[in-house]
Amino acid sequence: MTVELEHIFKVYPNSKREDLIPMLQAIQDEQGYLTEDVIHEVGKYLGISVNKIYGVATFYDNFRFGPVGRYHFRLCHGTACHVAGASTLQKELQKLLKINAGETDKNGLFSLEVVSCIGACGLAPLIEVNEEYYTNITLESLKALVDKIREKENDVL
Amino acid sequence: MSLDAKLENRQFLINKVLLDPRRDEDAGVRKSLSYISGERVHKALIYVGMATCGKVAGAKKTFLAIQNYLQDHDIDVTLVEGGCVGFCREEPLVDVQLPGKARISFGNVTSDKVQPLLDDILNNNLPEQKPLGQYQNPILQQWDGVPFMEEHVFFAGQQRLLMDNCGIIDPVSIESYIAKGGYWSFTDTISTKTPAQVCDIIDKSGLAGRGGGGYSAGKKWNAALSTVSDNKYLVCNAVESDPGSYMNRAIIESNPHRLIEAVLIAAYAIGAGKAYIFIREEFSLAISRLEKAISQAREMGIIGHHIFESGVNINVAVKKGARAFVCGEETALINSLEGKRAMPSSKPPYPAEKGLWDHPTIVNNVETLFNVPLILKNGSEWFHDTGTKRSKGTKIFTLSGKLKNYGTVEVPMGMTFRDILNDIGGGMAGEKDFKAIVLGINSGSYITEETLDIKVDFDELKSIGGALGSGAFVVLDSGVCMVDMAKYFTAFFKNESCGKCIPCREGTARMLEVMENVTRRPSDNQSFQTLERFKGVMQLKNLAGVISETSLCSLGKSSPYAILNTLKHFKKEFDAHIFERKCAANICTDLRIYHIDVDACTGCTACFKKCPVDAIIGSPRYPHFIVQDKCIGCGTCFDVCKFNAVLIK
Repeated sequence: MTVELEHIFKVYPNSKREDLIPMLQAIQDEQGYLTEDVIHEVGKYLGISVNKIYGVATFYDNFRFGPVGRYHFRLCHGTACHVAGASTLQKELQKLLKINAGETDKNGLFSLEVVSCIGACGLAPLIEVNEEYYTNITLESLKALVDKIREKENDVL
Repeated sequence: MSLDAKLENRQFLINKVLLDPRRDEDAGVRKSLSYISGERVHKALIYVGMATCGKVAGAKKTFLAIQNYLQDHDIDVTLVEGGCVGFCREEPLVDVQLPGKARISFGNVTSDKVQPLLDDILNNNLPEQKPLGQYQNPILQQWDGVPFMEEHVFFAGQQRLLMDNCGIIDPVSIESYIAKGGYWSFTDTISTKTPAQVCDIIDKSGLAGRGGGGYSAGKKWNAALSTVSDNKYLVCNAVESDPGSYMNRAIIESNPHRLIEAVLIAAYAIGAGKAYIFIREEFSLAISRLEKAISQAREMGIIGHHIFESGVNINVAVKKGARAFVCGEETALINSLEGKRAMPSSKPPYPAEKGLWDHPTIVNNVETLFNVPLILKNGSEWFHDTGTKRSKGTKIFTLSGKLKNYGTVEVPMGMTFRDILNDIGGGMAGEKDFKAIVLGINSGSYITEETLDIKVDFDELKSIGGALGSGAFVVLDSGVCMVDMAKYFTAFFKNESCGKCIPCREGTARMLEVMENVTRRPSDNQSFQTLERFKGVMQLKNLAGVISETSLCSLGKSSPYAILNTLKHFKKEFDAHIFERKCAANICTDLRIYHIDVDACTGCTACFKKCPVDAIIGSPRYPHFIVQDKCIGCGTCFDVCKFNAVLIK
């Protein structure tokens, strides 16, 4: 299978090593995650071996190698959120979503990512779901949020 | 504004302001500038604080509500998506400026409050909602009975040199930035000063790196200037990955042009033709505002080739950094820019001699750079007016945690932490007592009750075994377990260790193991577990010493500070965890001892059925008991009990 990447390659006509990270970012922005095919294509274009590209891509936290769910939860676990009880929230959220941090569930509905700091520490603890922020969350509001999403999804089905 | 008017405006700004050193003398020019900057307005102006922190608090909804209101009522008002004044507690913030009247600011304007607010204020009446304050301005009519913003406790103690325009001007309007005095330093610098003079001024000013290291910026620049090379680079470090700090992002979002001006001056000073702003890719708003600002500056000829016919060529590009904490280290950052893993290299050679693609490179933090245009405008002596003997200027902190007024604040060096906490921060929120202030993960320093009177100063902090850090300021109260904090910090370092050098890669993992042993309940009573725990603790200090002495980069070196400082300041808590196996704050869940209140238990058997280790005994409809020897402290019984009969000792 070949992947359509020409339009991204066009932005980096010089095909240098320094273009690797921006290219991977652009591909992930567009396709959601990096596949093996993509890595091979990028390797061919830049003249870098595939394992070197994997070396770089797995080093950074933001590159993903699988799809995220339709509802992507990003739980902030910065210092202020930790103090406000982010660890308990994480345990609870894993229970509610039935997945562990870094996973996507089988239906492709939920995925959970724990990030080091979203940067709105005054409103801790907070969580971001598909770029919507929920601040000062409690165990109750977290459950209500997940329930609401499940209800909405059940209605659609 | 029409395109012609915009171009005319820009021509005026270039010819009469940027390129004319006598710009200040002409009253006509000054008046025009006050209109361009938004200090005076022809028609009403509404300004919504829309930096990331504002957006998280719901500013987008407020903005839409205002937009709808204006459309519904067909009112012609300039609506600006602004930056952040720093007062996060009051977000979303809305400022209103009517022609001829002082600008007035309202806090906590959620979308439902928009209509009553605008109904009154646009008709020149004070609304029911109490304003935060008004901005003092002698040329405008003041609102009666409204206090000045400068007098508000949150702002009174601050000295806003770097944040002067933050939340005040339209961040993506180059015109208002220039009208407020922006880019004047840059054009004056390239026309009247040599690079060596610029480096000299910065060196004499005593400006120290704000990223945590505190190394003299002028010395660094001089080193790069004196290295002969056909190519040099300037890199602005805007990675800001220390949890609990977001002031760099806030000031970029609120005033991106100041950063660009600073980058241009720094690039000129070291002779770099290309500058990169390396920013974390998650800061999408900061990136889009920076990119917009750069294209505006390029349109006006401030960035590019042969800038204002001076023969100076400087290009500025934004580089989105992939996520890794270690990117904040300058050599790691350079490796990441080159498209490699962000792993630090050993120093020397310092990047000032051999950096990006082996060319001399200067890496400066955002906050450090923000000082540069001011120092060049006012001179190095001026910079000495603020701060202490050894630490000059101001420092921006992100206040968060258990205090009343959280947000981004700028204080003069030399202010005590007590004053920041009690005056600007408004003291503790809630009933609990103050315990400590954490100055960011990368410094691992705690300010405790005994050291609260320490001043914000590189040397004073060093004297108590700490470091200033990047600017995080997280206030902890007595409800926080310090052993758990130390474990959290260690886990963070273990996850973020790049894996290049052994002390950091293996050491942080071992430290975490020891910390986990301290906070874990032994699952059975085999004595070797207790022995292991003691062995680990006894060697903890030794291990921490080795890590901080032998790690390659500052990230590794600072990784054990949190544990060392916990041992130093909170030894009692540590001991309680180790010997008595008790967590006073009740945070370490593994150490909790559960028991059942006989009077409250109805014998519903919910806990009996759910207990994973069969540690609960009892018959239906009669009170149950927990066999402590079997209990693993998982807390399941506590969670399932509907009668609050399970208690934690």
